[in-house]
Amino acid sequence: MSSAPILALENLTMRFGGIIAVNALSFTAQRKQITALIGPNGAGKTTVFNCITGFYKPTSGVIRLTHDDGAQFEMQKLKDYNISKQAKVARTFQNIRLFPGMTALENLMVAQHNALMKASGLTFLGLLGVPSWRSAEQSAIDNAVFWLKRVGLLDRADDAAGNFAYGDQRRLEIARAMCTGPALLCLDEPAAGLNARESGALSELLLSIRSDHDTSILLIEHDMSVVMEISDRVVVMDYGVKIAEGTPREIRDDPKVIAAYLGTDEEEAAAVMEAEA
Amino acid sequence: MSASPRASSPASSNGSEPVGAAFILKKAVLSALVALGLFSLMVGVRTEAGQSGQLEYWTRFGELASLVGAVFIGSIVVELLRMWLGPRGGLGSFVPSSVQNGMSVAGRYLAPALLIFTFLVPVIFYNQRYILDLGILVLTYVMLGWGLNVVVGLAGLLDLGYVAFYAVGAYSYGLLSTTFGLSFWICLPLAGILAAFWGVLLGFPVLRLRGDYLAIVTLAFGEIIRLVLINWQDVTGGPNGISGIPRPSLFGIPLTPGEGGLASMLGIPFSPTHRIVFLFYLILALALLTNWVTIRLRRLPIGRAWEALREDEVACRALGINITTTKLTAFATGAMFGGFAGAFFATRQGFISPESFTFQESALVLAIVVLGGMGSQLGVALAALAMIGGFELFRSLEVYRMLVFGLAMVLIMIWRPRGIVGHRAPTVFLEKSKSISSDLVKEGHG
Repeated sequence: MSSAPILALENLTMRFGGIIAVNALSFTAQRKQITALIGPNGAGKTTVFNCITGFYKPTSGVIRLTHDDGAQFEMQKLKDYNISKQAKVARTFQNIRLFPGMTALENLMVAQHNALMKASGLTFLGLLGVPSWRSAEQSAIDNAVFWLKRVGLLDRADDAAGNFAYGDQRRLEIARAMCTGPALLCLDEPAAGLNARESGALSELLLSIRSDHDTSILLIEHDMSVVMEISDRVVVMDYGVKIAEGTPREIRDDPKVIAAYLGTDEEEAAAVMEAEA
Repeated sequence: MSASPRASSPASSNGSEPVGAAFILKKAVLSALVALGLFSLMVGVRTEAGQSGQLEYWTRFGELASLVGAVFIGSIVVELLRMWLGPRGGLGSFVPSSVQNGMSVAGRYLAPALLIFTFLVPVIFYNQRYILDLGILVLTYVMLGWGLNVVVGLAGLLDLGYVAFYAVGAYSYGLLSTTFGLSFWICLPLAGILAAFWGVLLGFPVLRLRGDYLAIVTLAFGEIIRLVLINWQDVTGGPNGISGIPRPSLFGIPLTPGEGGLASMLGIPFSPTHRIVFLFYLILALALLTNWVTIRLRRLPIGRAWEALREDEVACRALGINITTTKLTAFATGAMFGGFAGAFFATRQGFISPESFTFQESALVLAIVVLGGMGSQLGVALAALAMIGGFELFRSLEVYRMLVFGLAMVLIMIWRPRGIVGHRAPTVFLEKSKSISSDLVKEGHG
């Protein structure tokens, strides 16, 4: 098992025209840990996510991913689909992106596309219905059933995803991401719009994904109760730069973080400066 | 809440908006005025060129008055109907839910019944050449519809130039058979491969375009192929086309009179109908092959990826699906079936020219796919039957044929905006296959 962190960002910069959304950001996400990326609205969190998952090509900087076996990927160089296919990074979206006209089971089958394509002999063997394809399909269904059970949606496997309630859609999207067999799972505000009970269940789910499935998690979240409960490390961003990094406890007491979230008046700011000096 | 929604709707419509006699009259008068403006020149004044070329005209106020009156009364009738049927009625409410349920039950047995009937058509109508020819025509369009369905219905890519692949298939067979003397059964796969090749060739540059832009570029591609066929005289024969294309043989046995023909080998008297029946079963087999492959592909990862692409392209990228190759395979598969159909067309006609491959054909096949319900195999088959067969049915109406036909299409699209078979059947299920309402299924963005 590699000792390098699963994900390392080095001087990541993303510029949109004259706007610098992310400025020379460096941080690492440790293996088998939950790393939270927090910050006020517009801090550049989702931009970082989009760079990591290949939706944006960063202006400069390196995003290095290291698998357990030591295989390294520089993700800013990979094509978008290879980030999931080769580097094994799965993601969910801030505004849920399921396939609404397909059933929950179908959604999870699409997630296993690359493995199934290989098993179906690039469609040709599958077209003939050879036994090896049939068994591969069955194991893909079993995997999907496992994850449906895991997120508590097994009884709704044959319903269209578009008919699911909001919280169920969120969990189905996580199940779909997990069906790709990721090394790193990136969640963009998974608790947004969930009630207290649902976000409690989500925390449990994420903790078990980390411990039972050897998956490292990077998440963006505004719900501080979730962040504080489950994260091993927290990275705080504001205006495109990292302002703090540490354990949840350290972050909670960090005056710069408090300032970024709550704003400061002049006296307080001066006090913070003094305390630092 | 056991009351049906229809029982409560008139009350609510009366309560929410004032639908009185004055309102209806006002609307009817307005419609009549519009009709007067439209028809006063179209119908009210008749112009003709006189014997020495001078303009002759006369008025027809009687006809004009009756037309305007018809619009006035028709408008009142429509408003009254709308009142009775509830505010959101539309044409869907003309069909009660019990009938619609019955239709869905019938739908389950419709496909097998239709298939059995199709197999029996040459037996039942053996002596009616007209019906056999019409059957062949309908089946050709069923096949084209099923081919285009892969591109438009499953992958959600709007292709307005499908006829290009039909043309490539037809010319492939025409040229290979007349120049190199290759037989139909060798040329058929070649025609499919060549059409698929052109599909990929077209796909590469245009698949980064989406929606309307893709539609326009594919439209242009269809025209380019046709113009090349017209102008590349040395190879394609230009506007004169290719004639004397060999007829298909039953695996080498020609369907001709005299020694060595199928009839003499079987010891039965020769009849030209044999060939028609053979062609009928040939296109039926080709269409069923298309159908079988499409149904199989839907259950394979590639087919699911096509549908996922139609649903949400961004999510596909996040799941590691290579969008470019997935779109290309959809294009190539659709094109291949178009190529098969083209080869069949060439061997049936014995003569092809660029005139057969105009935009009209692309539009017709696309209309079949949209009318049938995008993605539905049964719907496309029914739509092809309705479009091609129905068009023949209205032949007796002569000049009004297009009018009646257009009206029928408008009515169907009001009644069923997502096509005859609008819902989607899942490709895999655990307990029970539940059909998915068309409201949830996306149409794709190109």
